[in-house]
Amino acid sequence: MSSILLAEQLLNGLQFGIMLFLMAAGLTLVFGVMGLINLAHGSLYMVGAFAAAAVAGATGSFTLALIAALGASALAGALVEIVVIRRLYRTEHLDQVLATFALILIFSEGTRWVFGSFPLYLNIPDTLSGSVTLPGGIRYSLYRLTLIGIGLLIAFGLYALIAHTRLGMQVRAGQSDREMIAALGVDISRLYTLVFALGAALAGLAGALVGAIQSVQVGMGEPVLILAFVVIVIGGIGSIKGAFVGALLVGLTDTLGSLLLPLGLAWFMEPSAAASSGAVLASMSIYILMAAVLMIRPSGLFGVRQ
Amino acid sequence: MSRESIVNVVLMLGMLAVPLWAYSADEPFIITLTTRAAILAIAGVGLNMALGQGGLVSLGHAMFFGLGGYSMGILASHAQTYTPLMTWPVVIEGTSSMPVIWLLALLMSGIAALITGALSLRTSGVYFIMITLAFGQMFYYFAVSWPAYGGDDGLSIYVRNQFPGLNTLDPIQFFAIVYGVLLLALTLAGIIARSPFGLALNAARQSPARVEAVGISPYRLRLAVYVLSGMVTGLAGALFADLNRFVSPSMFSWQTSGEIMVFVILGGVARLCGPVAGAAVFIALEHFLGGLSEYWHVYLGALLLVIVLFARGGLVGLVAGQRHAHD
Repeated sequence: MSSILLAEQLLNGLQFGIMLFLMAAGLTLVFGVMGLINLAHGSLYMVGAFAAAAVAGATGSFTLALIAALGASALAGALVEIVVIRRLYRTEHLDQVLATFALILIFSEGTRWVFGSFPLYLNIPDTLSGSVTLPGGIRYSLYRLTLIGIGLLIAFGLYALIAHTRLGMQVRAGQSDREMIAALGVDISRLYTLVFALGAALAGLAGALVGAIQSVQVGMGEPVLILAFVVIVIGGIGSIKGAFVGALLVGLTDTLGSLLLPLGLAWFMEPSAAASSGAVLASMSIYILMAAVLMIRPSGLFGVRQ
Repeated sequence: MSRESIVNVVLMLGMLAVPLWAYSADEPFIITLTTRAAILAIAGVGLNMALGQGGLVSLGHAMFFGLGGYSMGILASHAQTYTPLMTWPVVIEGTSSMPVIWLLALLMSGIAALITGALSLRTSGVYFIMITLAFGQMFYYFAVSWPAYGGDDGLSIYVRNQFPGLNTLDPIQFFAIVYGVLLLALTLAGIIARSPFGLALNAARQSPARVEAVGISPYRLRLAVYVLSGMVTGLAGALFADLNRFVSPSMFSWQTSGEIMVFVILGGVARLCGPVAGAAVFIALEHFLGGLSEYWHVYLGALLLVIVLFARGGLVGLVAGQRHAHD
């Protein structure tokens, strides 16, 4: 195996991890601040992708498509928060799971109703298509490289927002004691709607960005949602830093696992057996990673110990 | 008899009456539909043990449902092609005998529950929900990428497996088998709920610290009920595969876990016959709404939302009234 292939897969893993971070950040924020487990987060990812595909199809502009994705998913998030989610903060996790499962059914079938069952396609803008040559002679897709850049910028922005702004201060205060900050005069329900819409917008952006490399279809959000769950369980629920580290770990494990496991097994197995059992092991590798992390730290890498 | 017991008896008699009526009216499709509801009810009864008694919100019960299904698929496909399952160290042949398949389904799902439960129960709350979900997905991807038994395409079994003394291809006789298993599962759930084990489990759900203080380990209680719960759901999976004569990775999918949970919550958590009511209503909705609109899941979703937000205690709770004692 050449080192160029390995470097390319490393970058793919990084890109995958960073997109997972955009999903996981919203989930972990919503859980950290409101104590809510939101299965419908994947639907907001799908809403972003569909909004982007529809606007790109109508106007041909990728920038407008991204703006539409952010707007539509933030709006859908705020609406869902006000109509349904708000009533769930004080209920048990079981009710939250069921209600957000119901939201998935409504979102998925509603989207199928409006857009039909066939996948839509979102094209990579011309300025970002093609590939660039990186130091060391590695040729890599410019669009994927841009995704890594955007993701890192957002991660940094989110860190600055949480650590250095007034809103971030309220979010952190809300995580540790919601009654107290309500007593200090912060409009808690507006804060919750804002945090939920922010998480939704990040998910929608991820959906639109990834939608350009994959197809945009109903049900695209749920596999990513489950990976995002794995990410925040590994990182520790409620921790943005944990979500970032967890997302990169999951992205790299998944991408490198499917490359390296068959090669590794080939040392002591027949090539065909190694290829098939390598593929099986690779598809399970992130769950094995999660189980291993939980064996050592039951509340995740950066989670608060219970 | 309490109101809930009356509701339970009416439910179980109703589930018996519908296929008997369909048999006399020569409507085999209705019998198959009721059989489906009864099988899904067994899966729900399994989940309700962990969810209702133990307070364990498992979103990964499709794992056991699928393992049961694949136990049937693997044994029956080897019987179908007359190839042994393994030749070393002992020769194991495939089989088309339902009781043997059930034994394997119980064994496989029990082992899986023991391993995943031992890991997952180290955590609690939201972590537990997400971990069970992730373990379910792990089995899903395993089934998709493992080519030996059909992989993504699944596995067709051409003839329904046999049960001694009955003709399983006759819909009403197959229903009788399923109904018998459902009664057994309900009896087991009822016995557990009243036993010292069940009482300790309920106590562990409400106040783990106190249970620990009297010298009982909540972890072991929960693991025990999780294993039992997984085994019952696994048995339902074997029956479901036999009903369809087909197994595929979709039995492992997280939507399946979600639906089993919907049966339990729709009917009423910790109600003995809650899953029966839930599965019956779900199948009825699927049949009637599915006939009205291709997009019936929208209505199902809206209905679920209304139930979660406004009708705590599910359908059985709605009819039999809220319970005040023991809650």
